[in-house]
Amino acid sequence: MNKPTPASLWPEIAPEWMLNLPDGLEDFFYKLYKCFIFDDRYMMFVKGLGNTLLLTALALLIGIVLGVIVALVRVSWDKNSAEMHGPGKIILWIANLVSKLYLTVIRGTPVVVQIMIMFFVIFASSRNKIMVGCLTFGINSGAYVAEIIRSGIMSIDNGQMEAGRSLGFGYISTMRYVILPQAFKNVLPALCNEFIVLFKETAVVGYIGLSDLTYAANTVGGVTYEYLYTLVAAAIIYLIFVVGLSYLVGKLERRLRSSER
Amino acid sequence: MSGNALIQVKDLQKWFKGGEIRALDGVSADIHQGEVVVVIGPSGSGKSTFLRCLNLLERPTGGTITFDGADITDSKCNINVHRQKMGMVFQHFNLFPHMTILKNMTLAPVKLLGKSQEEAEKKARELLDRVGLGDRADAYPNQLSGGQKQRIAIVRALCMEPEVMLFDEPTSALDPEMVGEVLEVMKQLARDGMTMVVVTHEMGFAREVGSRVIFMDSGKIIEENTPGEIFDHPQSERLQSFLAKVL
Repeated sequence: MNKPTPASLWPEIAPEWMLNLPDGLEDFFYKLYKCFIFDDRYMMFVKGLGNTLLLTALALLIGIVLGVIVALVRVSWDKNSAEMHGPGKIILWIANLVSKLYLTVIRGTPVVVQIMIMFFVIFASSRNKIMVGCLTFGINSGAYVAEIIRSGIMSIDNGQMEAGRSLGFGYISTMRYVILPQAFKNVLPALCNEFIVLFKETAVVGYIGLSDLTYAANTVGGVTYEYLYTLVAAAIIYLIFVVGLSYLVGKLERRLRSSER
Repeated sequence: MSGNALIQVKDLQKWFKGGEIRALDGVSADIHQGEVVVVIGPSGSGKSTFLRCLNLLERPTGGTITFDGADITDSKCNINVHRQKMGMVFQHFNLFPHMTILKNMTLAPVKLLGKSQEEAEKKARELLDRVGLGDRADAYPNQLSGGQKQRIAIVRALCMEPEVMLFDEPTSALDPEMVGEVLEVMKQLARDGMTMVVVTHEMGFAREVGSRVIFMDSGKIIEENTPGEIFDHPQSERLQSFLAKVL
């Protein structure tokens, strides 16, 4: 028994009207069949998209936690170091130094290099590509989120901190109840944009062989030799998500502005 | 007399740029229970710095401040606890714009004094009624006028039931027509026996409400007396020329 090929199955599976189309158009449908339907190849795209979304979501989570911590360390050092003394000052000094180093290294090197270092050097013994991907993109995104949140905190008038402190709140409580909620609101659009960038950036996980959406398109293209169809399909899927997210960000921005009145 | 002072300030110094600028240069003063102390002086005289040192928003370079018998300039002293008993009102109101008026007023009593939300809201509404803003409890600060914001800022501080209220030029950022409503609230507060320290340019208020007026210039107290003496019989040349300009 010969293994069925897309070419051998096509005449049986295609509806009558498709076969009667002019050659060019029929070929178009045939290639769509070959790339996405035959052998359930669309499932590779679905799984790839799933991995892309999972990576983005987990990396976003790590990035925000890391970003808030680094932003708080940087702001606290810049604003309070002059008045501090004792071991607290030394700890903050070290934390600030580490944060600055982190920002410089992460923002100064390509994410592709970062993910390869993570996978082939730091986690060389681990085969958990999702974990390595999340960590890399989380740590990478954290650096950008940190600077976004720091700018948000800096944009809040000093009087807000003074008002909180004069009521009897400590520095950390004032940050929590007064400064951070306002800062977050101000930088929400910028954070959403960072989220969109992160979503697209995850495409480089192919370098460590994790089958995300781009990797799936590349693989199917390699099997069928129809790169045009598979890569354009991947691009369209990315585009749909990005346009959808941008729309939501725009809506959010308008809502925030209207509540300020 | 100084033994029972609520706030006792001794030889307060505040230097900027390593002593190049001396905003406060040896200021000593006692503030007693129930007193309304008005601090006047030209801009740059150190009067705001003096006020901001009283609750350590500005860390003094030298000298001591004793509040309720405790030296709050001591680095081991937990200033947050003492600040709960010192209300402060700012020139630019500094209401929290992301919270409703009610939330602005109940945040600190609930989180710091351990009051229940209902209890804190009851007290807040009572105070709002007293300053004629009972209907604005659910508004946001941006929806209020400057005078309304400042009245809210005053009652927000009062929600903590402070022992002393510090006012840092509370009417300087207001449109002229709104100054009156804020001063009225402050007068009411003074009549109720609140201890107040007020930095202001409102000489009428100083004369009418103040129990004592302090005149500062170049980081020093130049003259300190009852309003009547300060305004009608100024001793120093500096005060005379200042009053000639502002009255």
